Amino acid sequence: MPEPVNRITGIAAPLPRANVDTDAIIPKAHLLTIHRSGLGAGLFSEWRFDDDGRERPDFVLNQAPWREAKILLAGENFGCGSSREHAVWSLMDFGIRCVIAPSFASIFHENCQKNGLAAVTLDEAALAHLVACAQATPAATTTVDIKASRVTAPDGREFPFTMEAARRQALLEGLDEIGASLRHDAAMAAFEARDRAQRPWIHALPTA
Amino acid sequence: MTMPRSIIDKIWDQHVVADLGDGRVLLHIDRHMLHEVTSPQAYAGLAAAGRRLRRPDLTFATADHIVSTENGRTDDTVPGGPEMIRALRANAEATGVALFDLGDVRQGIVHVIAPELGIALPGATLVCGDSHTSTVGALGAMAWGIGTSEVEHVMATQTAILRRPPTMRITVSGTRPAGVSAKDMVLKLIATIGTAGATGYGVEYAGPAIRALSMEERMTVCNMSVELGARFGLIAPDEVTFAYLQGRPFAPAGALWEQAVVAWRALASDPGARFDAEIELDVSSLTPQVSWGTSPQDCIGVGETVPDPEREADPKRRQAMRRALDYIGLEPGTPIRDLPVDMVFIGSCTNSRIEDLRAAAAVLKGRRVAAGLRALVVPGSGQVRRQAEAEGLDRVFTAAGFEWREPGCSMCAGMNADRVPPGKRCVATSNRNFEGRQGPGARTHLASPATAAAAAVAGRIVDVRSLEGSA
Repeated sequence: MPEPVNRITGIAAPLPRANVDTDAIIPKAHLLTIHRSGLGAGLFSEWRFDDDGRERPDFVLNQAPWREAKILLAGENFGCGSSREHAVWSLMDFGIRCVIAPSFASIFHENCQKNGLAAVTLDEAALAHLVACAQATPAATTTVDIKASRVTAPDGREFPFTMEAARRQALLEGLDEIGASLRHDAAMAAFEARDRAQRPWIHALPTA
Repeated sequence: MTMPRSIIDKIWDQHVVADLGDGRVLLHIDRHMLHEVTSPQAYAGLAAAGRRLRRPDLTFATADHIVSTENGRTDDTVPGGPEMIRALRANAEATGVALFDLGDVRQGIVHVIAPELGIALPGATLVCGDSHTSTVGALGAMAWGIGTSEVEHVMATQTAILRRPPTMRITVSGTRPAGVSAKDMVLKLIATIGTAGATGYGVEYAGPAIRALSMEERMTVCNMSVELGARFGLIAPDEVTFAYLQGRPFAPAGALWEQAVVAWRALASDPGARFDAEIELDVSSLTPQVSWGTSPQDCIGVGETVPDPEREADPKRRQAMRRALDYIGLEPGTPIRDLPVDMVFIGSCTNSRIEDLRAAAAVLKGRRVAAGLRALVVPGSGQVRRQAEAEGLDRVFTAAGFEWREPGCSMCAGMNADRVPPGKRCVATSNRNFEGRQGPGARTHLASPATAAAAAVAGRIVDVRSLEGSA
């Protein structure tokens, strides 16, 4: 169940590349686990490390102070590709609490939501400004205010964003979504009873 | 007068369990497929919260991503695999879920077995913790990939929380030229509208060129819906669909079949149904497609040359193209044809069905794989493998010098033992050519099974239509 999130203030690391896929966020070698924890070690591992496991100094998250980043400034269609939720778990385990991008791939966007990783959509111009700020003064902090739906750049410029009300509420309250859905148990039972009559082939399966 | 509705509207309306307000609904899930990589954490979450699996009878499991495809494989063949395979087995057993385990002829790639066993049905909602779940939209199902938290949600509630997606109709017209496949069609579509061209949309594929496709070709098209950014992609069921499904183990039978078909016929979009976006593609002059870069949209005709980033107007696209060329090791202006290749992979949920194997075998018959080239063919399921063996296709493959493997995701997932070594070039029938997808540093060229087979014979990328005696 996700922890409540409201204000995120921290260093923002620029990775303004389009179509960063979940294979890149967490390469498959790190998926060999039945646990959710400890996945930060695999974050962007093929970009962070060379073949001998040494850090590549030119990769943004290997540079001080960006290795302490809480916010990732990303390009369009961030998180495309595989549905692996490990991508979100690895970002969070590394310390990232918010990704700001012009657009997100839809499964990744849902996965962020389910884990309390803030996925904030800003237009290209706003992102370009934040990236410029991050590159000019890497240690300066950016603030993401979920309740006010506003990103404040290190130079004080503010960028409002829109977020669906349910998404905002879930971030602010850290909802137990399954628990909330289970409260509709009567509606589920009613649906199933009705549907069994209308589409019996869905519910009456031959056994394996 | 009722408003004309699309197939997506009809399936959606049929499945709403509760309106959550704010545009979100609880949507009933008719079929839930599990595999070993994205379900263990969901099962652990369910157990930790003391919740039960609501509908084990609607849930099915198989191991595909991590499994070895070596002949004589066991749980232990792939390092890291045993724990995941055994977790899936134990979880399925503890919750009463049907498991198609290693050694069961029904085991295979989850998106291959769901239609093959008649689990996926027209008008059904089907989810799986895997992005290529869109494959089974070919049957007229609304099917999409979900993350592990959503897997847990479906386990506990047999519903998913969804916001109604905007809809897109992609109308494909014209007649495909001979030697050009459904894979070429969908690669061309992605190259045309881009990997974000349908982001968030529910897509219906329509038009004469779609209707003319076989059931298996339709799966190839719907499989790659997610590479367009679409939430799902589907094709209205018709006689082709019904003929494919009838008699399959989990499909309805007898009077129930008759009743189902009546309902399924009514699913097609009504004349005048509105879509939020419309796209048209004509395939009359389509040629075999091959990817040159690291995104499925980086595709060109086999007779074309690698594009030049300097001629690209958009600076971001230019930068992405430069990076792709650097990774893939190609210069602008290079003809894609005659590019030497080290490996060929025929398999994956895109192209591992019996028709794909037949198309590749037709090219390979009486021919040999080029010296020094490694070629793998990995059937999508135990049943595909058995069928291919009954038709003698395995002997065509092995006589040509291909390795004939056990079913699994193999080199498409790259998380089992099957990898492309760093810097090596592979023509693959799979769906993603991302950096590192087939292994760190692997260079992937996406293509159809026939094109891949032709490349295996020539040791380089060729136009399959130029090979004498091939279809």
